[in-house]
Amino acid sequence: MATAIQFRDVSYSIGGRDILSHLDFSIERGETLVLLGRSGSGKSTALKLVNGMLRPTSGEVQVDGRSTRQWDPIQLKRRIGYVIQHIGLFPHLSVRRNIAVVPELEGWPAGRIAERVAELLESVGLPEAEFAQRYPRQLSGGQQQRVGVARALAVDPPILLFDEPFGALDPITRVDLQNQFLALRHRMEKTSLFVTHDIREALRVGTRIALLHEGRLDTIELASEFPQASTLAARQFLACLE
Amino acid sequence: MRSDLLADLLQHTWEHLLLVGLSVTVSILAGIPAGIACARHATLRRWLLGFASVMQTIPSLALFGFLIPVPWIGGIGTRTVVVALVLYALLPILRNTVVGLDGIDPAVRESAVAMGMTDSQMLRQVLLPLAAPTILAGIRLATVATIGTATIAAAIGGGGLGVFIFRGVGTVDSAQILAGAIPAAILALVADGGLAWIERRLSPL
Ligand SMILES: Nc1ncnc2c1ncn2[C@@H]1O[C@H](COP(=O)(O)OP(=O)(O)OP(=O)(O)O)[C@@H](O)[C@H]1O
Ligand SMILES: [Mg+2]
Repeated sequence: MATAIQFRDVSYSIGGRDILSHLDFSIERGETLVLLGRSGSGKSTALKLVNGMLRPTSGEVQVDGRSTRQWDPIQLKRRIGYVIQHIGLFPHLSVRRNIAVVPELEGWPAGRIAERVAELLESVGLPEAEFAQRYPRQLSGGQQQRVGVARALAVDPPILLFDEPFGALDPITRVDLQNQFLALRHRMEKTSLFVTHDIREALRVGTRIALLHEGRLDTIELASEFPQASTLAARQFLACLE
Repeated sequence: MRSDLLADLLQHTWEHLLLVGLSVTVSILAGIPAGIACARHATLRRWLLGFASVMQTIPSLALFGFLIPVPWIGGIGTRTVVVALVLYALLPILRNTVVGLDGIDPAVRESAVAMGMTDSQMLRQVLLPLAAPTILAGIRLATVATIGTATIAAAIGGGGLGVFIFRGVGTVDSAQILAGAIPAAILALVADGGLAWIERRLSPL
């Protein structure tokens, strides 16, 4: 398997504080690596290093074999579908227009965009007839999150960064979307980095799980072997399963 | 006689509108880009907002007086008036542009960056539409204030409805004063109402 994303001895600090220290791991093409960790452990920061919104203080992050410093910053971001933690839908645009933003930037013809929006809304469980014309403020938190997911998938990018995309969903919808995410992964070869602090979700959606603890990589294991992990931080998470 | 007065009134109202329109247009063309720049650079913001605030504190008659001897922009007449009115109208437009851009949810900016928008795409498609109602409120303030201040233009030969007012004050003729003041008040009300309507239409929320 080819490597899609590689962290090479990456550290990131801001204002003299180390947020991430010496991260060294890679993500293979088609894999879903879950970044698990407590609040403040540096998960969101790690995602922003991948799409070039942040630059490592030392070391480098490579995407498709090229350092994020060498990528054209716009092209790198267009290759990556990113659901940010706070969703950030555009409040002045309808759901339809929110999802259409990147396809429009990429110059897709209107007909293809309309088709794609319909397909995406369907796949995140928001019937087009009911939701396409609404504005973000007319949606519940969980519905907004689903629009955020649809928007990130719009141009079918090969790499996905999901920062707690299902955080605001009820458990039933949550499992439903996790299943759709798994189906999507089987259907298309997507490389994903998926942030969560929910160990159950990590075990469900991840092919591997990387546990971040205070900015360091504590454990990285296949999802099937993670329950046997023995570090203190891992055992604390596993204890939540009981 | 009455039709003379009417023609006089129309002509000075027209002059007044031209003065206001020209001044506000220049302020918008200067104030919005300056506001965008200020929202990005903290130092520039301090200087420009400081400058515009100081301008606002100078009494208008004094400002006209200061400008008259200045080469290029000064002198007696319309040019000086427009320069002074622009200096006054700048602050509300500049400040509201900065406030409008500052008020945008950081998550919205973050997602725009994450989608791979260039700076100018982000500005045109996200930031300006979201700041538009606030910027427009600034334009409304500037317009209404300028309609009032422009009456002083007549003091240095700039024309407009102030001509009646100064004539009326000189000859202690209240009818003349009202002939200037009432149309100016009506213009201000109409501009205020019209711009408030556009503001509501533009407001996304
Ligand atoms: N711009 C910043 N300036 C200073 N500190 C920051 C900044 N951004 C993040 N941090 C700090 O870096 C650490 C990691 O933040 P990060 O957002 O990556 O955590 P996280 O693992 O995503 O947490 P959560 O699960 O709560 O979202 C935190 O301690 C946070 O306070
Ligand atoms: Mg986070």
